[in-house]
Amino acid sequence: MSGHGARLLGASALTLLAWTASAGEIPPAERRSGYDFMSRETRAMQDDDTVNPGMLGVLEGGTLWARKTGTAGRACADCHGDGRASMKGVAARYPAFDAALKRPVNLEQRINLCRTERQQAPALAYESRELLALTAFVARQSRGVPIDVAVDARTKPFIDNGRAAFYRRQGQLNLACSQCHDENWGKRLAGNAIPQAHPTGYPVYRLEWQSLGSLQRRLRNCLVGIRAESYEYGAPELVELELFLMWRARGMTIETPAVRP
Amino acid sequence: MDRETSRRAFLRAAATGLGLGAVITVAPAHATPEAMEDAIRKIVGSSRVSKGRVKLELPPLSENGNTVPLTVSVESPMTPADHVRAIHVFTELNPQPEVVSFRFGPRAGQARVSTRIRLATTQTVTAVGELSDGSFWSASAAVVVTLAACLEDA
Amino acid sequence: MSSALVNVPPRARRGEVIEIKTLISHPMETGYRRNQLGARIPRDIIRLFVCTYNGTEVFRAELHPAIAANPFLVFSTVATESGTIAFQWTGDNGLSATESAAIVVD
Repeated sequence: MSGHGARLLGASALTLLAWTASAGEIPPAERRSGYDFMSRETRAMQDDDTVNPGMLGVLEGGTLWARKTGTAGRACADCHGDGRASMKGVAARYPAFDAALKRPVNLEQRINLCRTERQQAPALAYESRELLALTAFVARQSRGVPIDVAVDARTKPFIDNGRAAFYRRQGQLNLACSQCHDENWGKRLAGNAIPQAHPTGYPVYRLEWQSLGSLQRRLRNCLVGIRAESYEYGAPELVELELFLMWRARGMTIETPAVRP
Repeated sequence: MDRETSRRAFLRAAATGLGLGAVITVAPAHATPEAMEDAIRKIVGSSRVSKGRVKLELPPLSENGNTVPLTVSVESPMTPADHVRAIHVFTELNPQPEVVSFRFGPRAGQARVSTRIRLATTQTVTAVGELSDGSFWSASAAVVVTLAACLEDA
Repeated sequence: MSSALVNVPPRARRGEVIEIKTLISHPMETGYRRNQLGARIPRDIIRLFVCTYNGTEVFRAELHPAIAANPFLVFSTVATESGTIAFQWTGDNGLSATESAAIVVD
């Protein structure tokens, strides 16, 4: 799209080009979680585990964790023991490179790989209640842990793909993610503040969804919102964008299950 | 808020992944303040409803009308002789006016409940308290309700 | 399948007013939404919540579709004696869910 932009030299196009030319990453010290942009009431919903609706999913996930399943008749607990101990730090490292698949996989895909390969159980559908519950349970164990996805020769190309997607103008509105989330965070879009788009609390209980949902669901929402082509759940483009966003949020702490408007 | 167009519905049908695109939220006909008055009448009959005694706590601006925290309370000794029997909550512009009714007895200790409600649009919420002496009291609070900037399916 | 999270103080003094929090998973389908074909999605809500304390009802809430999904209720009761505080949610499509918590009152 940038080639097209250079040819349209109307005044408004020049202004737009000048605006995007000043685009830049958020300085690490200025990075803030979406939590900081919420109302007092919504923050109160997240702060207390006894009132956080996302905790219902974590509770269910804990039950699923201990349940034997698949033709192998195995529970997650049979290999991983008490998830509250063994899963600490895991979500903070995902998406992670899978050596066999030679590409990064997100936490939902990792859970499904375990189910199909080790439990001989069918994969759980994306955004299904069970997959959200298991992911919420696992990610909850990383609450307070700083995000730390691996940056190495294997992951760098995928992080770069995600970065390119983040800065690429797309869709009918010709918007790049960065234009809202790097350059206009804190300003208001309809009734809500634009956050910086750090995926610190996924799966998140989004009031708009009235349920838990994954980061991929949120990304698909955004793509539909800017009238761009969306991707299927599990698409490599979405995983790469997830990986980039987690890299961009490195050092920020996991808040799962976050509550967001 | 009917923004449905056949093209959009087609796009959504094309983009439907796991049935997430299957629901649209065309706003139904709203209830009216008159409907709310009728609903309150059903509770109080011919009794007078006085303003006061009831405290209704709602955020003046709600980030999402799907989940608006509400706390309602009535100061009362909550003794067998003098207690709150019930608190009823109504809205004037939701599809139906009744939201919830809470029933108390002296064992409640205090007449104070918190919950989360849905508000279809910016409007006023009214709570009616019913005391053991048969009297009715009310309080109202206005809430500005904003919608998500980018609706999921549109 | 509804999961419930209830929060009851495990201990209280006799006569103390305690706060109970309850959260149950349920979509609270209002009956006002329509699907892509324009047909109404049928209502499916929790209609009634009852709290009993050693078998005696101490609080009740009658819910309508305007209660948000995953109904959340915080209410109070007087800690009268040790025993069981029980919760029951009933609603459309034969929904019936129960949960309980023990309390020690001294």
